Amino acid sequence: MKLLEYESKDIFRKYDIPVPDTGGVIRDARGLPAALKRAGKGPWVLKAQVLAGGRGKAGGVKFAKTPQEAREVAAKMLGMRLITKQTGAQGLKVHEVLVDKSSDIVREIYLSIVMDRKGARPVVIASAEGGMEIEELARTRPEAILKEPVDPVRGLEAFQARRLAGGLRIPAELLGSFVRMATALARVFLDLDGSLVEVNPLIITKQGKLVALDAKIVTDDNALFRQGALAQRKDPEATPLEREAHKVGINYIGLDGTIGCMVNGAGLAMATMDTVELAGGRPANFLDVGGGATAEQVTRAFQLILKDKKVKVVLINIFGGIMRCDTIAEGVLAAVKKVKLTVPLVVRLEGTRVSEGRTLLKKSGLKLTLADSLWDAAQKAVAAVGGKS
Amino acid sequence: MSILVDKNSRVIVQGFTGATGTFHAKLSLEYGTQVVGGVTPGKGGSEHLGLPVFDTVGAAVLARGANVSLIFVPPPFAADAILEAADAGVRLIVCITEGIPVLDMARVKAELRRREASGQAVRLIGPNCPGVITPEECRVGIMPGFIHKPGPVGIVSRSGTLTYEAAWQLTCQGIGQSTVVGIGGDPIQGSNFIDMLKLFEGDEATKAVVMIGEIGGSAEEEAAEFFKNHMSKPVYAFIAGKTAPPGRRMGHAGAIIEGASGGHAAKVEALRRVGVRVVDNLSGIGEAVALSMAGLAGRPG
Repeated sequence: MKLLEYESKDIFRKYDIPVPDTGGVIRDARGLPAALKRAGKGPWVLKAQVLAGGRGKAGGVKFAKTPQEAREVAAKMLGMRLITKQTGAQGLKVHEVLVDKSSDIVREIYLSIVMDRKGARPVVIASAEGGMEIEELARTRPEAILKEPVDPVRGLEAFQARRLAGGLRIPAELLGSFVRMATALARVFLDLDGSLVEVNPLIITKQGKLVALDAKIVTDDNALFRQGALAQRKDPEATPLEREAHKVGINYIGLDGTIGCMVNGAGLAMATMDTVELAGGRPANFLDVGGGATAEQVTRAFQLILKDKKVKVVLINIFGGIMRCDTIAEGVLAAVKKVKLTVPLVVRLEGTRVSEGRTLLKKSGLKLTLADSLWDAAQKAVAAVGGKS
Repeated sequence: MSILVDKNSRVIVQGFTGATGTFHAKLSLEYGTQVVGGVTPGKGGSEHLGLPVFDTVGAAVLARGANVSLIFVPPPFAADAILEAADAGVRLIVCITEGIPVLDMARVKAELRRREASGQAVRLIGPNCPGVITPEECRVGIMPGFIHKPGPVGIVSRSGTLTYEAAWQLTCQGIGQSTVVGIGGDPIQGSNFIDMLKLFEGDEATKAVVMIGEIGGSAEEEAAEFFKNHMSKPVYAFIAGKTAPPGRRMGHAGAIIEGASGGHAAKVEALRRVGVRVVDNLSGIGEAVALSMAGLAGRPG
């Protein structure tokens, strides 16, 4: 689950992590005067609240010296489609704009905590060269990046934070506040089941204060069961179809091709997409019906796939292990009748009682194409949409 | 020979009396596995599938001499179940549970490392995996038994049904497997590719290894490095997720391309550079191994 900047800053405030004075978010222009008042004396910065990096370059972060300027910026920003390098061509619509008091920046620092898969624990990543893209920096000047492991129970120790402060050349008078901030950020990560907590940039202001100018929190979906408030939010990135799939326990991600895929198991579902592409087609989705592939799930999966009007053919690839192929075939047939399938169907079944399953499908009288292997199925699906795209 | 499990392994099931635990314990028994009992807190002293049920793993180990534990405990309690098994002194823990919080696994790993440092090493496979099978000897997991047959190829994989696909293709080509291990699709796993490659390299019965990777993380790149420096046996690989869009979690919590890391091309390139044979078309993996094994067998000397 990704949190928006203002949601992340609200959490930071609860942990006494300094953030800029703010007027909060506005959802329409009428809210602006009150927000400016809450933020205090200008100038202000207006920031589009979308879940994508690269907002600044795309026009999603604007300064305003006067209330008049702020009005013009807000009017333009609210409702605009922000296209950044992370959003794709269609961009993201801006529904909320954060109004912060502008800060006088003396220095920018990069600070984040991520889950280190290899080390099997969280790690603080920091660089004195803030404002840079950290991945670019990791490539070009890895020596400019500091790392400090976080104990998953105890958090970041003060001495570790002091070590980071040394590497970041934090002035002596700010050492105490840096240590408080870094350890608190680690606490946020552990308390919220984070997979990323990022402050980019962390700034030193002209007034000599450390402030988190931006904030980004991503949490672990597996831990939502113990993160009450977060679990109530709907995933803002998911399309309506993806949300619907989630409700019935189907893993679905919409893509832009024409070949609808229904597969059991996530790895095999990915490999099916890859094979479709290898055969010259384009998958319309990633879909994992789950290891079991019951008749109800197959029916639901059909309904989901067919709601995507781009789909010109459905490819079913199911490896019947524990669930026998004849049972799966019955499920497929029942589902096809129920959803009144209007596009061609290619089925590849493999596994337990595969010949019984295939016989059932053949005898059904339904118009479907059987395939011998995944490769065969992919080629037949591509042929059904009129060949390579 | 084989790795991890064989006909002498004594297996208990944590979450024994639940629906999934019951179903798979039964299939494992039918496969010939020595399932010697199970654990469900609060049901100790009763009997299930003709086997004794214990309240704690410690009691099961003591009474039945169990040395392997298979876990079907729901996500909120799974980390605790793993730690209990480690504490009870089994040597191998196989955790099937999908959806364990990553931070729980970080805590489990920290504890397992502490144990290893004090000479009480225990191996964890998973979580979020299909388990381990040594064909016709021992099934500790949820995979269909019949798709496997005994033979010279080890399989290690991050995915479930994709593993079945690979095993079945080999079996259809007449090539059996020494042991098939699903290490799981989560960001933090008990064992990684390198751990399994190391075991396969040291196992006499294993002549070649099939490795099934996917996008996300850097385990495949690390495996490539290990292969280069420490392996004499041929490794064949398939990496799923060539067409996966960045930033989206492809079912498995670990299968996500984050920024510049975890992409498909880099993994394939890293493996090919060191001489691992990477198959582009999943449907061809059985055939690729068969052709090359025939070549190995026919080679003089």
